[in-house]
Amino acid sequence: MSATPIFWEETIQPGATWSHVLKRGTSLRVVDLEGGANVGGIFYNFECLVERYNMPDTLKAQHIARLSTGFVLYSDMGRILCSVIADTVGWHDPIGGTSNASLIEKKYGPSTYQESRNACHKNGRDSFLVELGKWGLGPRDLVANVNFFSRVVVDEIGGMSFVPGNSKAGDYVELRAEMNVLVILNTCQHPLDPNSKYQPKPVQVAIRRVPMPAADDPCRVSRPENERGFTLTERYFL
Amino acid sequence: MSSIIAGNKTENEGTTDKNLVASQLRRAEAIHRHVIPAGGSWIHEIKQGQYFRIVDLHGNQAVDTLFYNALDYSDRYSAQDTIQHQRNIYLTTGTKLISTMGTVLLTIVADTCGRHDTLGGACANESNMVRYALDKRHMHACRNSFLKAVTEWGRGMSKRDIASNINFFMNVPVTPEGKLTFEDGISDPGKYVEMRAEIDVLALISNCPQLNNPCNAYNPTPMEVLIWDSKR
Repeated sequence: MSATPIFWEETIQPGATWSHVLKRGTSLRVVDLEGGANVGGIFYNFECLVERYNMPDTLKAQHIARLSTGFVLYSDMGRILCSVIADTVGWHDPIGGTSNASLIEKKYGPSTYQESRNACHKNGRDSFLVELGKWGLGPRDLVANVNFFSRVVVDEIGGMSFVPGNSKAGDYVELRAEMNVLVILNTCQHPLDPNSKYQPKPVQVAIRRVPMPAADDPCRVSRPENERGFTLTERYFL
Repeated sequence: MSSIIAGNKTENEGTTDKNLVASQLRRAEAIHRHVIPAGGSWIHEIKQGQYFRIVDLHGNQAVDTLFYNALDYSDRYSAQDTIQHQRNIYLTTGTKLISTMGTVLLTIVADTCGRHDTLGGACANESNMVRYALDKRHMHACRNSFLKAVTEWGRGMSKRDIASNINFFMNVPVTPEGKLTFEDGISDPGKYVEMRAEIDVLALISNCPQLNNPCNAYNPTPMEVLIWDSKR
């Protein structure tokens, strides 16, 4: 992937929220600055917000329970919201979900803004809802999320385990927008992270223009389902 | 309320004796019985304390199911919250079905199948085009049934309320390498799953019409729902 100039980059602080309409033909690179980051993400078609990221369609079209280079994020309408065009981690979690206020209080104890200011404890669900609210969305739009940089493995009897140390300082993942995509992110810790301390990590995001997917694009040709997914996405813009 | 069925179907990976729990509720005492035909849908309120059973009448029939807090439909079944809470991707006896807001909607109290899926989602015209072929758009699909049912139910419900669902009687294992596989069903005629409603809930079912994969053994069949009043 040839490098094109970065439009801008910024840091998402630990436990913070972020959103942006990632335009078709641009990419979002997310860099784990310190190692051990977790970035919760949900994705919507900005032109028709009722079309949104669909976890089961993403998993079953590609027969996966992890995300990495060559895989794509499907909407519930058979279209591709984003493609994973670069990844130095190898495993991002699409099944573990997000935290909520009671889980965070149980794991890390009480925390208030009055005492801790902006270091007060944040949780994934409330973070998603706040950022969704800015775009006129709410609880009915809160769908299953992706957890970038985190790894959850499933054993033969279905048990789920968080694998610590999945992502190192400097690791990154890059998503290419195949539609105009409302991206909602937060940097709250993974709900299954066994770390007994409240220690969310910062990430850096960088936006740049990237070439449109070619006929031999690795995400397109990775499997026949994705070829059809790209066809349906391209038809949407005809 | 329940008794253990000894040594049945233990050959299925992940299905252990402790999951296989029969109900002692008698069919004749059910206050509501309804057969949902293949490809049909059903939407119905279940009151707190009532018991709700889904019967796989002919075996290996995927029953795509969603639940909502009856007082607030924006508080609805969450596949991720449910599997995260129990740290296991399979639903069976003892599983609490948890909402996006952390509410326990129902608890599975009996299960003679032993394993149910909540990662595979529901079929749709559009996902069938991706998964099988672009000319599959016309085929009947669960999310059309869901949309028709919520539209007829009204009360402000719409596509925004079609969340990621449960597939009762479906077998979708995940491997330690992160592959999702669709395996032959482990259900048989007459197997059932039974839940107790922990609050008033709205249940929405699509009896899956999928003909493109083995989730219904390529032969969608009717299934039955039964409701009993709280016993105590």
